[in-house]
Amino acid sequence: MKRIERSDKVRNGFHQAKWDEPIIFELSQKGERGIQVPHAEEEISAQIGDGISAIPSNMRRLVPPALPEISQPRVLRHFMRLSQETLGADVNIEIGQGTCTVKYSPKVNDALGRLPGMTALHPNQAEETVQGILEIIYKTDCFMREISGLDNFTFQPGSGSQGILTMASIIEKYFEERGESSQRNEIITTLYSHPSDSAAPAVKGYKIIHIPPDENGYPDFEAFKLAVSEKTAAFLVANPEDTGVYNLRVQEFTALVHKHGGLCGYDQANANGLLGVTRAKDAGFDMCFFNLHKTFSTPHGCGGPACGATGVTAALTKYLPGPLVEQHQDRFILNNSNTYDPTSVGKVRSFLGVAPVILKAYSWIMSMGAEGLYEVTKVAVLNNNYMYKKLMEIECVDAPYIKGKQRIEQVRYTLEKMTKDTGITTGDIQRRMMDFGMHYWSSHHPFHVAEPMTLEPTETPSKEDLDEYIATLTQVFKEAYENPDIIRSAPNRSVCHRVDGSGVDDPKQWCITWRSYLKKTQVN
Amino acid sequence: MAINGFKNHPYIPNSVPEVQQQMLAELGLESLEDLHAEVPEALKLKANMNFPKAIPSEFELRKHVEKLLAKNDNCADNLNFLGAGCWQHYVPAICDEINSRGEFLTAYGGEMYNDFGRFQTLFEYQSMMAELLDMDVVNVPTMDWAQAAATSLRMASRITNRKEFLVPELMDLEKFLIMKNYCGPDISLTRVSYDAATGQLDVDDLQAKLSQNTAGVYFENPSYLGFIEQQGKTISDMVHAVGGLSVVGVDPSSLGVLTPPSNYGADIVCGDLQPLGMHMSYGGGQAGFIATRDEEKFVMEFPSRLFGIVPTSVAGEYGFDDIAYDRTSFGHHREHGKEYVGTQSALWGITAGVYLATMGPKGMEELGQTILQKNQYAIAEIGKIKGVRSSRLTSPGFKEFVVDFNDTRKSVAEINKELRGDNIFGGKDLSHDFPIFGQCALYCVTEIHSKQEIDCLVQAIARIVCS
Repeated sequence: MKRIERSDKVRNGFHQAKWDEPIIFELSQKGERGIQVPHAEEEISAQIGDGISAIPSNMRRLVPPALPEISQPRVLRHFMRLSQETLGADVNIEIGQGTCTVKYSPKVNDALGRLPGMTALHPNQAEETVQGILEIIYKTDCFMREISGLDNFTFQPGSGSQGILTMASIIEKYFEERGESSQRNEIITTLYSHPSDSAAPAVKGYKIIHIPPDENGYPDFEAFKLAVSEKTAAFLVANPEDTGVYNLRVQEFTALVHKHGGLCGYDQANANGLLGVTRAKDAGFDMCFFNLHKTFSTPHGCGGPACGATGVTAALTKYLPGPLVEQHQDRFILNNSNTYDPTSVGKVRSFLGVAPVILKAYSWIMSMGAEGLYEVTKVAVLNNNYMYKKLMEIECVDAPYIKGKQRIEQVRYTLEKMTKDTGITTGDIQRRMMDFGMHYWSSHHPFHVAEPMTLEPTETPSKEDLDEYIATLTQVFKEAYENPDIIRSAPNRSVCHRVDGSGVDDPKQWCITWRSYLKKTQVN
Repeated sequence: MAINGFKNHPYIPNSVPEVQQQMLAELGLESLEDLHAEVPEALKLKANMNFPKAIPSEFELRKHVEKLLAKNDNCADNLNFLGAGCWQHYVPAICDEINSRGEFLTAYGGEMYNDFGRFQTLFEYQSMMAELLDMDVVNVPTMDWAQAAATSLRMASRITNRKEFLVPELMDLEKFLIMKNYCGPDISLTRVSYDAATGQLDVDDLQAKLSQNTAGVYFENPSYLGFIEQQGKTISDMVHAVGGLSVVGVDPSSLGVLTPPSNYGADIVCGDLQPLGMHMSYGGGQAGFIATRDEEKFVMEFPSRLFGIVPTSVAGEYGFDDIAYDRTSFGHHREHGKEYVGTQSALWGITAGVYLATMGPKGMEELGQTILQKNQYAIAEIGKIKGVRSSRLTSPGFKEFVVDFNDTRKSVAEINKELRGDNIFGGKDLSHDFPIFGQCALYCVTEIHSKQEIDCLVQAIARIVCS
């Protein structure tokens, strides 16, 4: 036979799995069931009766929940099909969810997380029966200390955002104890830090001040000087920010806040580009958080469960939520003194947080060591700057700020020229990239960079993968100029077609559950 | 001292030196050290961090972690009666099968097109929970019950424009601390007393504390100590009479047999999904849900994502989208959105959906009945032990009950220590959180406990307290 020509890097033949699966309620067949549950033994029934009669009549459920009735093979098939209609990191080149650090999650760690030694642990078991998991938590704490230079970590926060809430809670308690709560009611962040750096502290009642970027994309130091005062409770900031620009004057920022009596918290969501290179403590931060589900490889799970490990200096340790895991000789213990101390935060999440996530991060770090963590960071930054250089060679792509200088973990590009030339927007490109099995992300709202595109390769794609993503983007940009209709109508090879979101803000039309949909779309 | 990397690492394709050189050359750089040029030299580490040596082979790594986990005594090899917010139920194999699927496990924040399955599955989860709760709106899960309750209180506060909340004295102390932290500094939580014999909320005390400033009342069913709060309708009517809201926390595993809170006046319902298909995992299986009626004033106060069903450009095709996205801190208003949103516990929502679809109405009803029968049996049998009161509070309960050891000569700590000798994890010691009860423990019995295992517990306790 003739050799098959297959040299094109772009997957023009791609189509995502599309099963046209009904809504689960439509699969219901009266009488079918997916599982049998254990029944009480006959002796128990004989002695106790039906059990239900003991419930006061006003508390008995009279109408059974209208759950679907489906046999097990049909339940399994339904959810298997829906899983296939989801573009997880396991099946695509994860570059397009910039700022999310979606890297490879090693399978061995998931397998370890599923062992009964992990899954069958109750969080209230006696300390001596959970020495293994306490040791893992304690050692992961030590790893976080080494990476950040800070002194103690809590793993309770279930995400970066809850880590920020925890930092805001520590700030609140710190100033409450000093009698400065009413005076220090402002938190300063930057325009390119994550929205949660503004939103989570606002829950605690802080007034949020945003520092805009200067002409180079750094937080404007002149504006910052005007913002910092005796009202400043804290400065919460990412560095690099979501633009990938590293604020090289960060120490001056933290020093100024300290001079005015405020605290400094570091949003380390972008830490993947800094492991073993520079530390939070050295830049003057009093606290920080790391996303174990990002930087430390644990899978994102469609959006959790996760962990925003939050660390502080020794001086702030007394405010951390409890309990803290400590080592006493060869035993690991739970120190609950913070939990019940009203001058501390108390607790932010049930028990000790998402223990399997801590376990997976521990295992990943053990597979790396200091040298591996350094390699992770260097390769992530190499990959990012390689993509940056290649994409900047495309005429319609630009990236504001620090021309010709390196970015750290990601780059926020702008497609403003393409939009002006063709009318095609970054949102259109996003939908078209799906036709090639790839994620693509613009930016958080509101857009401060026009027609933004935020890409973060991390260390886990190969050079071939990077080249494929770049080649695909290049083809799509070309289409914008030459065949824009194919972009406007996209996606054409994803799971569904353009959604009609015209009713999503209208209470009369929105349907958040199937029962609500049936009521609102009733045919008379 | 130089900093070293780790070449040819299996998780890092471009750690191959030749590839690195090729890529560096593209950038006009000579070595990896030339990267991070933007980080000031004064801030840079000059040597490798201090870490244990890497375990390079997957086999050895696995052995290392397995050895650590083997130091734990787990509830599969021991007989566990701990509950108190994290409960040992049977996890159908199909739940693990689906949440282990790489597509779900490793997805994150994709769009409704390429993450279509994630959107549909979570919409279905919301819809099935809505049936269980008999309410029209359910959120994409938040962190845990405590967070769901705390957010429910903040929602109620915004809806009523009031800042005072009443909560029961008999509630989980840890949950109270989480709610207090999240609701502070502006929303106050005041404790309402209880009937000493039954544990039921003291409605006279409630009446005395209700006022025009009351944003709402929060109570739970079953309560933290296991008993069923029977005055749901009365409590809801009382708080409605002063213009406040009724917020009820509920254990969803009870709702095959117990009345859903919406039927006795709850305006906002919250709770934990962990009983619906999640392993305990040392507290890692928690996920919070919040449900309301489908009214704009409620829906617009959710900080969570809410996935809705929508049409597409193709007739006959289902699509999904975020409902009222600009409510959230991901929308255009950042800190002026409702609280904050971000990564929470979506995979457990997917799993709970699989669980509910598998159980169906019959499964949920039978589950509830089995639990009730086994609890009543355990209470009856433990109550036969001299000096032990198996139900400190006389109200009927669901899957937990307070065992009173005050008339034995032993503390709960001592009894639990001895029980561990029999490979039994006794109930949670309540002496710290509820000192008024003295030496009492909260026991949990679910569908997984056989008669023989309950008998085994009873015999062990009898032997220990009599010795």
